[in-house]
Amino acid sequence: MTPLLLAKSALLAVPLWLVTSSLLPLKPSWLKHLVSLAIGFGLAAAATFFIPAGGLSYITSFILMASIYAVLSLGLNVQWGYTGLFNIGIAAFFAIGAFTSALVTTQMPTGINATFTKQLMGLGMPFWLGLAAAGLIAGVLAWLIGKPTLRLRDDYLAIATIGIAEIVRLVFQNERWLANGPQPLRGIPQPLQCLTGNGCDWLPGFVNDFFAPLAPRDYPYIYVAIVALVLFLTYRVLERAIRSPWGRALRAVREEEASAAMNGKDVAAFRMQSFVVGAVIMGIGGGLYAHYMVSIDYAHFDPLYGTFLIWVMLMLGGSGNNRGAILGAFVVWGIWSGTSFAVDALRPALAAISPALPARGPYIRLLFISLLLLFIVLYRPKGILPEEKVVSLDRDLT
Amino acid sequence: MTENSSPALRPGERVRNLLTSRAFIYVLLGLVLLGFVIAAQAKGVSANSLLSLFVRGTLLGGTLALGAVGVTLVFAVLKMANFAHGDTMTFGAYMGLLVIMVLPKGPPLAPFSFGYEFLLALLIVVPLIGLFTFGLDQAIFRPLRARRAQPIMFAMAALGLAFGLRSLVYIFWGADFTYYYVGRARPAVELFAGVRVRPDQLFILGLAVVLIVGVYLLLERTKIGKAMRATADNPDLARVSGIDTNRVILWTWLIGGGLAAAGGMLYALDVQLRPEMGWWLLLPLFASVILGTLGNAYGALAGAFVIGIVWQMSSAFINPTYGHGVAFLVMVLVLLFRPEGLFGRSK
Repeated sequence: MTPLLLAKSALLAVPLWLVTSSLLPLKPSWLKHLVSLAIGFGLAAAATFFIPAGGLSYITSFILMASIYAVLSLGLNVQWGYTGLFNIGIAAFFAIGAFTSALVTTQMPTGINATFTKQLMGLGMPFWLGLAAAGLIAGVLAWLIGKPTLRLRDDYLAIATIGIAEIVRLVFQNERWLANGPQPLRGIPQPLQCLTGNGCDWLPGFVNDFFAPLAPRDYPYIYVAIVALVLFLTYRVLERAIRSPWGRALRAVREEEASAAMNGKDVAAFRMQSFVVGAVIMGIGGGLYAHYMVSIDYAHFDPLYGTFLIWVMLMLGGSGNNRGAILGAFVVWGIWSGTSFAVDALRPALAAISPALPARGPYIRLLFISLLLLFIVLYRPKGILPEEKVVSLDRDLT
Repeated sequence: MTENSSPALRPGERVRNLLTSRAFIYVLLGLVLLGFVIAAQAKGVSANSLLSLFVRGTLLGGTLALGAVGVTLVFAVLKMANFAHGDTMTFGAYMGLLVIMVLPKGPPLAPFSFGYEFLLALLIVVPLIGLFTFGLDQAIFRPLRARRAQPIMFAMAALGLAFGLRSLVYIFWGADFTYYYVGRARPAVELFAGVRVRPDQLFILGLAVVLIVGVYLLLERTKIGKAMRATADNPDLARVSGIDTNRVILWTWLIGGGLAAAGGMLYALDVQLRPEMGWWLLLPLFASVILGTLGNAYGALAGAFVIGIVWQMSSAFINPTYGHGVAFLVMVLVLLFRPEGLFGRSK
């Protein structure tokens, strides 16, 4: 085991540890975490040892993107899964989160760069503050949209969110002063990137030494650990919330609005809270995305990648079930990436039908994903992991 | 006497009644237009170009109306928000392109830029798309109705359908924009007082008016129209009275889908063909429908013209790409003050 492989397995152990600890029914919790840490590290070490470096880095980027989508899917689950709010403008919150985090964490361009890159601000704040700001601004946007629409029939919210997603995209496309207009906003800092270079000043020496073998191109291994932690924290907070009286009230609002109101629940307030909380999580997801991409522009947040895929993820995984939301993100991202290989393999056949067809491969995947959503709505509306009937009794939450 | 028979209202209630009244929405729309004129004055836009934007908005309103009437009919009869309507328009427009490309090309019918094949394509595609949407309804929405699924599941199925239709357009025609007649000149002529329009646009408005009058006659003067209105009012009562609901649904899609195809083809003739055009039209369509009260065909018509005019006139002083934002703003104002729309019964 070389030091490089050791460093990689230590980082890959983080997501594996978190997954194992969520699945193991062990008590007490310190024992559970100890066992899952051991299992996680063992699996990670085996993976780094046996899988060639190219394959491993592909798997890592896959987990990374799927985890970011899982955060977005969890956000949608709060809105749709638990409260029945039909938000088809996820892209708006996704984009606002990504650009906010970028503007908060980048430095204002100076010198020659200032003529190429125009942006509203560049505060140079740390990553965590960027994520917090991303959630905050996305939440404010949700409040503004929710105010006129949440008290009406669900369709009104749907059309309003479609509208706001288009407008947010148009603003980031046209307003140069805000986030460099149609040009990409570049140079978004990556947290702990210093580990892949000369080491971070604020970390103890042995940590820097341990990760010293990592080259800059190995950065996804570090980021996958960070994203996994954020995803896990979001998941735990939501599980807590959904099993609390607040979560029960949300479900009551979804199922029987009238009786929830009759029992003294302020239906409008609960719907608004759920909408804002979901949007905050989507904003954080957007922030995570921005720091992974380093350079973002409006085109990343189109209705397909920004909204539609996330809907299919939640519907396939199981609305109203946080584990389902995460599972769905991984499965659908797997299908999406897998069909890309399938379409590549079909290239000669497609070229034989029409020379223009191979270049349109992505749209064949889009057709497939649309059919998948229709299939789910018609035949499996509950998804892979259906909602649990009783969530608040006899569950270990520690 | 009857007006004063209600007990004395508290000031807050009186203000609220005023704010949610139909008249207030008219005042609001008037203020929006007035604001446009003032903003345009401030930017030094001449009255003449404002007038021509107004005319262009009316022309756009005609095409929007074709889509909006379909959205509102489907909502009235089937109680579902059809988010696939915009992409049905796209699909219709591209089917028209297919027919035009297959047919032998004739000379342009002066003064218009299109030849006989565009008219023939309209005749072929409109009923075809109407039938096609009915087929999609039978495959997708009928099982949902049979299961008595939540309304929102219909909207989600429609969303899947929208992306599916668009992916077909992408696969068969590619992602680039195109025209029915690539490279053909489309000169504008002076209509009056320096207002210039293309003859095509007059044809588009004329055809839109003819189609809408046709739908009006169908709804008001025929038996099936009466059945549709009855079903929209009270589906259960309609069924009990012996109205064949399936026939009503067939006609709803024939009219809604057919008008969508016509609207898509006319919009594409006016602007261009683009796979995303229908999705982008969805917002102004729904804004029109909501402004004119969901489920009210005549309201949708009025709403479409208001949205078309407001959209075009806003481009006098803001970046024209934000036209959607203006449509959205009008919709949010209506939702804030009078969500039941201009023609709805107030609560």
